[in-house]
Amino acid sequence: MTAGTARAVVTGLGVAAPNGLGVADYWAAARAGRSGIGRVSRFDPSGYPARLAGEITGFDAKDHLPGKLLPQTDRMTQIALVSTDWAFADAGVDPAALPEYDMGVITASTSGGFEFGQRELKALWSQGSRYVSAYQSFAWFYAVNSGQISIRNGMRGPSGVVVSDQAGGLDAIAHARRQIRKGTGLMVSGAVDASICPWGWVAQLAAQRLSTSDDPERAYLPFDPAARGHVPGEGGALLVLEDLDRARDRGARQIYGEIAGYGSTFDPKPGSGRPPGLRKAIELALADAGMEPEQVDVVFADAAAIPELDRIEAEAITAVFGPRGVPVTAPKTMTGRLYSGAAPLDLATAFLTLRDGVIPPSIRVSPSEDYDIDLVTDRPRTAPVRSALVLARGYGGFNSAVVVRAVEQ
Amino acid sequence: MPAREFTLEDLKRILREGAGADEAVDLDGDILDTDFFSLGYESLALLETTGRIEREFDISLEDDALTGDRTPRGLIGAVNEQLAPAPTR
Repeated sequence: MTAGTARAVVTGLGVAAPNGLGVADYWAAARAGRSGIGRVSRFDPSGYPARLAGEITGFDAKDHLPGKLLPQTDRMTQIALVSTDWAFADAGVDPAALPEYDMGVITASTSGGFEFGQRELKALWSQGSRYVSAYQSFAWFYAVNSGQISIRNGMRGPSGVVVSDQAGGLDAIAHARRQIRKGTGLMVSGAVDASICPWGWVAQLAAQRLSTSDDPERAYLPFDPAARGHVPGEGGALLVLEDLDRARDRGARQIYGEIAGYGSTFDPKPGSGRPPGLRKAIELALADAGMEPEQVDVVFADAAAIPELDRIEAEAITAVFGPRGVPVTAPKTMTGRLYSGAAPLDLATAFLTLRDGVIPPSIRVSPSEDYDIDLVTDRPRTAPVRSALVLARGYGGFNSAVVVRAVEQ
Repeated sequence: MPAREFTLEDLKRILREGAGADEAVDLDGDILDTDFFSLGYESLALLETTGRIEREFDISLEDDALTGDRTPRGLIGAVNEQLAPAPTR
C-alpha cells in the first residue's frame, strides 16, 4: 500500500433510527416502507407549532452501557456509543485487540447534547450553580461523541468532529477516508443527533423549516407539491472504515463497499445571482470517484421538503444525470431528518441497497410534475445496484456529496 | 462532635448518584483506603462528587481536599473537618 492511495472501505454498520434499532430491524422497516414518525412523546409538544418527530423507541441506555457512563452522557452520546458497539460487532473487529494509535474517530454533530444541557440549565436557574453537573463541561459538546467513542474503545489515532449541520454527516466520512489514506488502519465515522427536547425544539423552530402538520402521513413530503417543511428525527449511524488491503488481509466477513468519491461546496451569498452549489458538489464527487454519471445506479436525496430547496436539488440531479436519468429516493421520509445523523444513515442504507439490490422507497410522496426526477415511491424497487450517490445539505449553505461503490471480490 | 457526620454510606450514595458505579468494582467491599482512581472515579467524577457533598452538607471544601489523600478515608476526613464546629480559643 502506498500512502495516499489506500482505498477506504466500509466493513461494519451500526444503525439507530426511528423506524428500527440495529441494521436488521432498520433495513426490514426501510424496505417495507415503515415509518417511525409520530407525535412527540419525549415532552408535551402541544404548546409548540411543530408536534411531530421521528423518535427512537425501545432504546434504554442502561441495557447497553456501564452505569458509570450514564450520568455523564447525553442521549445522543448513548445512542452513538451503542451504535459503535454494533458497528464493531458487525465488522467482526475487537478494538481492544488492535493498536490504539492505529484507530481514530471522526463524527459530525449538529446540535450537541441539548437534552443534557437543558437539564443543567434548568438546575442552574431554579436551584443555583452548585446544582449544575460537572459533566456539563463536556456532555453538551459537539465533539463529545468522538471523545466518548474514543475512550470506550481505546482509539487514540486521528480524531475530531465536523460541524456543518446535515452536510457534516458526509464531511465526517470524507475526513475519515482522508485519515485512512494517510495510513491509519481503521476509522469509526458517522454521526448521531438526538435533541427532541424543548430547548432543541425551539432551536430547530428558529430555522423555520419544520413542518407544522399534525398528520404523520402528510407532514414530510419532499418533492411533493404539498411539501411544507420537514419532520425532525433522532438517531443516525456509525460506520467502520478500513483500508481495503487490510480488510482483505484480516478476512473481513463483508466489505459493504468503498467510499469512492466526495465533493463539497458552499452556496453563494443570497442575491449574488450565482447558482447554488449542490450541482458542483455532485460533479466534484463523481470526478473524485473517476466515474461518469451513467455509472451511478441510485441517488439518496437530501430531501429538504422546502419547495425552493427541492427545486434546487431536483434541478441539480437532472442537470447531471439527465431527465429521469437515475432512480432517486429519500428513505428519510420514514425517519424525519436526523441532522448530522441523516447522511450516515443514508450511507448505511446505500450499502444495504448495494448488497441486496433493493432501493427503499420515499413513502407517501406524489412527486411534483415540475421536477424531472425518477423518484422511487410507495414500494421498494429491485435493481442491480453497483454504486450510489448520497447528498446532504446543511443549514446555511453547506452542500456535500459522496459516491459509494461495490468492491470487486 | 460534628452536628452531622459524613459517613462512608453517604459517600457511596453520592458517588452512585453523581458519577455512577463501575460494574467491575464492589463499592460495598473494603474500599476506605483504596485510591478513587482504582475505584473507577477520575478527576471529573470527583469534582461532581465533592460538588454534591458541598451542596448537601452546606460546606465548602478546600480545592486541595483531594490532592493529598485520594481515598474515601481522606475525603470523609476532610468533609468531617468542615462539619466540625469551629474550635473555640
